[in-house]
Amino acid sequence: MLLIRCPYCEEERPELEFRNAGEAHVVRSANIAGESDDDFEKFFFIRANPKGVIYERWRHIHGCARFFNAVRDTVTDKFVMTYKAGEPKPAKLPGAAK
Amino acid sequence: MSAAFRISGAGRLSQAKTASFSFDDKSYTGIEGDTLASALLANGVHLVGRSFKYHRPRGFLSAGAEEPNALVQIVRDDARKTPNVRATVQELYDGLTANSQNRWPSLAFDVGAVNDIASPLFSAGFYYKTFMWPKWAWRDLYEPKIRAAAGLGVSPDKPDPDHYAARYAHCEVLVLGGGAAGIAAALAAAETGVRVILADEQAEFGGSLRFESGARIDGQDGYAWARAAIAKLKAMGNVRVLSRTTAFGYYAQNFVGLVERVSDHLKNPGRELARERLWQVRAKRVVIATGAIERHMVFANNDRPGVMLASAARTYLNHYGVAVGRNVGVYTANDSAYAAAIDLNKAGVNVAAIVDLRDNPAGPVIDEARALGIEINFGRAVVSASGKLRVSSMTVQPKNGGGERTIPVDAILMSAGWTPSVHLFSQSRGKVAFNDETKRFVPGTYAQDCVSVGACNGTDGLDATIDEAYAAGAKASKDTGGSARKSAKPKVDAGESWSRGMLGAAPGAGPGTTVKAFVDFQNDVTAKDIRQAVHEGMHSIEHVKRFTTNGMATDQGKTSNMHGLAIAAEELGKPIPQVGLTTFRAPYTPVTFGSIVGHARGALFDPTRRTATHGWAASQGAVFEDVGHWKRAWYFPKAGEDMHKAVDRECVTVRKVGGLFDASTLGKIEVVGPDAAKFMELLYTNPWEKLETGRCRYGIMLREDGFIYDDGVVGRLAPDRFHVTTTTGGAPRVMNHMEDYLQTEFPHLNVWLTSITEQWAVIAVQGPKSRDIIAPLVEGIDMSDEAMPHMSVREGKICGVPTRLFRMSFTGERGFEVNVPADYGEAVWEALWAEGQKHGATAYGTEAMHVLRAEKGYIIVGQDTDGTVTPNDAGLDWAVGKKKTDFVGIRGLIRPDLVAKGRKQLVGLKTKDPKVVLEEGAQIVADPKQPIPMKMIGHVTSSYWSENCGRSIALALVAGGRDRMGQTLYVPMPNGTIEVEVTGMVFVDEKGERLNG
Ligand SMILES: [Zn+2]
Repeated sequence: MLLIRCPYCEEERPELEFRNAGEAHVVRSANIAGESDDDFEKFFFIRANPKGVIYERWRHIHGCARFFNAVRDTVTDKFVMTYKAGEPKPAKLPGAAK
Repeated sequence: MSAAFRISGAGRLSQAKTASFSFDDKSYTGIEGDTLASALLANGVHLVGRSFKYHRPRGFLSAGAEEPNALVQIVRDDARKTPNVRATVQELYDGLTANSQNRWPSLAFDVGAVNDIASPLFSAGFYYKTFMWPKWAWRDLYEPKIRAAAGLGVSPDKPDPDHYAARYAHCEVLVLGGGAAGIAAALAAAETGVRVILADEQAEFGGSLRFESGARIDGQDGYAWARAAIAKLKAMGNVRVLSRTTAFGYYAQNFVGLVERVSDHLKNPGRELARERLWQVRAKRVVIATGAIERHMVFANNDRPGVMLASAARTYLNHYGVAVGRNVGVYTANDSAYAAAIDLNKAGVNVAAIVDLRDNPAGPVIDEARALGIEINFGRAVVSASGKLRVSSMTVQPKNGGGERTIPVDAILMSAGWTPSVHLFSQSRGKVAFNDETKRFVPGTYAQDCVSVGACNGTDGLDATIDEAYAAGAKASKDTGGSARKSAKPKVDAGESWSRGMLGAAPGAGPGTTVKAFVDFQNDVTAKDIRQAVHEGMHSIEHVKRFTTNGMATDQGKTSNMHGLAIAAEELGKPIPQVGLTTFRAPYTPVTFGSIVGHARGALFDPTRRTATHGWAASQGAVFEDVGHWKRAWYFPKAGEDMHKAVDRECVTVRKVGGLFDASTLGKIEVVGPDAAKFMELLYTNPWEKLETGRCRYGIMLREDGFIYDDGVVGRLAPDRFHVTTTTGGAPRVMNHMEDYLQTEFPHLNVWLTSITEQWAVIAVQGPKSRDIIAPLVEGIDMSDEAMPHMSVREGKICGVPTRLFRMSFTGERGFEVNVPADYGEAVWEALWAEGQKHGATAYGTEAMHVLRAEKGYIIVGQDTDGTVTPNDAGLDWAVGKKKTDFVGIRGLIRPDLVAKGRKQLVGLKTKDPKVVLEEGAQIVADPKQPIPMKMIGHVTSSYWSENCGRSIALALVAGGRDRMGQTLYVPMPNGTIEVEVTGMVFVDEKGERLNG
C-alpha cells in the first residue's frame, strides 16, 4: 500500500484513503461545444499512458475530499510529488536528473 | 518412557513434559516443544507423505519453513481439518491428530504409486501434451481426474469456526528474522529508543543458532545468548517481539505483511484467542535478516525417506534431542555437513561415511571429523540411494566414474551449499546480483529503505554477520531519529563459517542420465525434466519453470530454484545470470485465507444499509431485496399470496386508491450557493436558471461523452438551493462527479455540495387518494392543485416535524414524496399508513414500483440504459436545453456516431400473445428464419406482467426503434420464437391525465 501526500492535508496518508482520477492537465475547453472532432477526441479519449513519469489526478476521498495532482512513476509506482489542483505542471521534478 | 530415537542429554526440551499425539491413527508420544516432525523422528517415523505426481514415499527434507515433502493434514474437529501443514513447522500439542496425504488406501501401500512406474507419461510438460486430444476428453475425463488427483490434502467442508485478528503497526525499524543477525540488529536499534519490531517465523528465536553448536557469543553458548537477548528486548517498552510470525509479503514503501500464528500450537485455544493475526506494518527502515537455506544434493533417489538436509539433522539433534538414524551417511559439497557428522558422532550415532565431491578440501571441521575416526571420501559422489519406504544404503562412486561401492545407511545427510534467502528483498523490488565467485544471488540494487544483513546478504561467518547486522541496526535507528546512545556490540567468541558448494545435478544425474534425481520435491521435478524442457525449446528460466512446474509448488522453490537454474544454464551453455532468476512473489510461505480476510466475513463482509421503515416493513412480512448495500422492501405478501399475486395487488391498488413506498434510498444531494443554478446548468442537460423556487424538474446528467450517467427529480427550494435526487446506485458516483467538476473545472463557482441521502427519509405516497392521505397530517402547506401543482416542492411540517414535500410521480398517478428527517421516518410512515388504511391504500415494494413506472415508460438508468444510451436514444430529447452553450456532455452529444441513423432507441414491446412475459436481456431479431448467427438488432431492457393492463409489457432498445412502430419483431428463445409488436413506451394513461386524477 502506497503512502500518498495530500497537498491540502499536508501529510502522508495510506493509499486506502485515496482514489485515482485519471490523467492530469487535460484541459476542458471553455468553448467545448465548438470544438472540432479531432480536438474533442484528444480531450476525451487520448491519454499518454506513459512508461515512466505520469501526471495524474487523485482525490483524497476518505479524507479532505479534495482533488489534487500527482507525479508518479508508472514503473516503480513511486510518487515523485503531489501538488494542488489548478497549479501548473511542475517545471522541475525533485530528484530528476536536470 | 522415552522414544527410541530421543538422545538423552541432547537437545533443549524438557523430557518431563510429554505430549501424546496420533499420526494416521497410530498413537505416539512426543515432548512439549517438539514440532510434529521432531516428535515423529523421535519415534523413528520418516515416511510421512506421498509425492504429488509420482506418489513416491517421502519423509522430512528439512527442519523448517522450506519443507517441500512433509505436508500433513491436522485435524482438530469436523470444521478444522487443515491440509498441507508442514510437519516441520507445526508445533506439537497434547492430543494433536495428524494424517498423511495423497495416498490411498495407506501410506505404505499406495495405489497411485503406479504413476512412478508409468513416469514416462508424466515427464516435463505432460500437462500440455498428454491431455490435449480428443477435445471432449478434457471435460469428461482429464479435468475431473486431474482435479481429483491434484492438491495434496482435503479441504474442510464446513465453515471455518475460528476467528482471525488483524492489526496495523508502525515502527522506525522492522527486523525480519530473529537469528543472530536479526537479534544483533534489533539490539542496536532498540537501545536508541526508536520503535522496533522483531519478527521470526519460528516458535523460538535463534535461527541457525538452534543447531550451530560451535557458536559462542558474549561468553555463552550462541543459543543461550539469543534467549537472553530476546528476554532483554521483550522487556523494553519500545520493542515488540513477535515469534511464530512470518513476513510473507514486502510491499510498497516499506509496508510489510506479517502473519502471526496465535493458537495453532495450543491444545485448547479457546474462543477468545484468534487463530492467526495479520500484521500490516509500516516501517521507516527494514532490516532483512532472513538467513540462508541449505540445498540438497541432486542424485538418484535423493527423495527417499531418511535423506535430508544436514542442517536439519543437526537441528533435530541439537535442539530437539532426536537422532535421525543410527547409521547415517553424509553427502556434501561443502563444509557445513561435516559439522552435522561431528555432532551426530559425538551423540553416539554411527556415521558410516562422509562422501565429499570436492577433491582436496581442508579445514578445521574436516580435521575434526577425521580425528573422530569418521571415514571421509573425497572426490566421490553418491550416485543413488536404495530403499523404498526408508533409505537403506547409498551407492558411492568416484565422481569421474569407476567402481561402485554400496554403504548401508538409514539416513543420508546432504548439503550442496546455502542459498541466501533473498525472497523478501526481491519482493521489495530490489534487484539481485550474481556473485560469480560464490555462485549465489545476493541483494544488489535496493528499491526501498531496507538493508539485508547476514546470510541472506551473502555474508559468511558469525563474526562478520554480527558486525554487519549490528551496524545496520544502529544506522537504521540513527536515520530515523534514534538517540546516539550506544550499547555494547555482542562479541563473537567462536562461530561457524561455510560457503560455496555446488549447484545443479551431481555426478550420476547429469546430462545423458534419466535417473530420478529430484530438483523440486513438492512438484516432482527431476534434473532430467529440466534438461528435457531446454531440449524442447524452453530457453528462458520463466519458460522452463512453467513447463516443468519447477519451483511452482507451495514451497516456491526454496530448495529447488538454484539447482533448476544451474541445470538449465548448463544445458543451454550459458552463464547462470544470463538465464535469469525467476521472480519471487508473495507470499513467502502459504498464508490462510482466514488471515487475509480477518473479520470481514459473514455479516461484517460488507455494510448493510437499512432505511428508517425497515423494522415496520419486516413486521408486515415484507420480502427484502438487496440493492447495492441497501435492503429494500421488495413486496408485501399477504397470507396466501406469492410474489406474483402480491405485486399484482399492489400495482392495482396504487392506481385505484393509493400506495405508500419507501423511497429513502434514492441519493440526495443539496446544491447550495450563489452560483448553484449556474452549476446545475453545467452538470445537467436541462435549463435551471429559470426554474422557479418551489418547482421541480426531471434532470438528466451526462458524462462528457454524451451518454446518460444519472437522472432524478430536482427541486428548487430557494434561488440558491437545490434539492437534487439521484438513482439509488448512483448516489456516490454522482457526488464524486459533481465534486470533480466543481473542484477542478468550475472552481470559480461559489457552490457547496452536501450529501443528504441519509438525512432524509422519503415516503412516496402515490395514487388518486394520495393527497387525501397526506393532507390531514400536514401543516403550513396548501396542497390544492392550484397552489401546489405537479412537479412542485414545499417546505412545512408533517406530524409536527419538518418536511420537504415534493409533488411528483414515478407511477403516473397523482403523487407526493414526503421527505422528513430520517429519525422521524418510521413515525411519519406509521401515521401516513394509518391514514392510508382509511382509504384502503397499500404498502408497495420495489417490484411494484418497477412495474408501475414501466407502465408509464419511465426509464431506470442502469436498467434501460447501459452507459451507451443518449437522451435522444431514450426518447428524452425534450430534457436537453437546446439554447444552452455548455453543459457536461454537450460536445459528446454531437459526435458523429451519436447522431448517426439507426442507433438503438428505447421503445415499447407488446408480445402477440399477451400472456407471454419476455425475459429481460433477451435478444431481438427482425427475421427469425435467417441462419445462425442471426443479426441481433436490440434487446429487452425491462419486462413485466402488468395486471393494470391485463397483459405483459416490455421496454427494449432496438436499432432504429422509433421508425419501427407497429412492426413485428422476433425474440428467439430456447423454447421457440416469440413474436412482438413495437409500440410506444407508455402503456397506461398516454395523455398523463392521472397525474391530476
Ligand atoms: Zn487531504
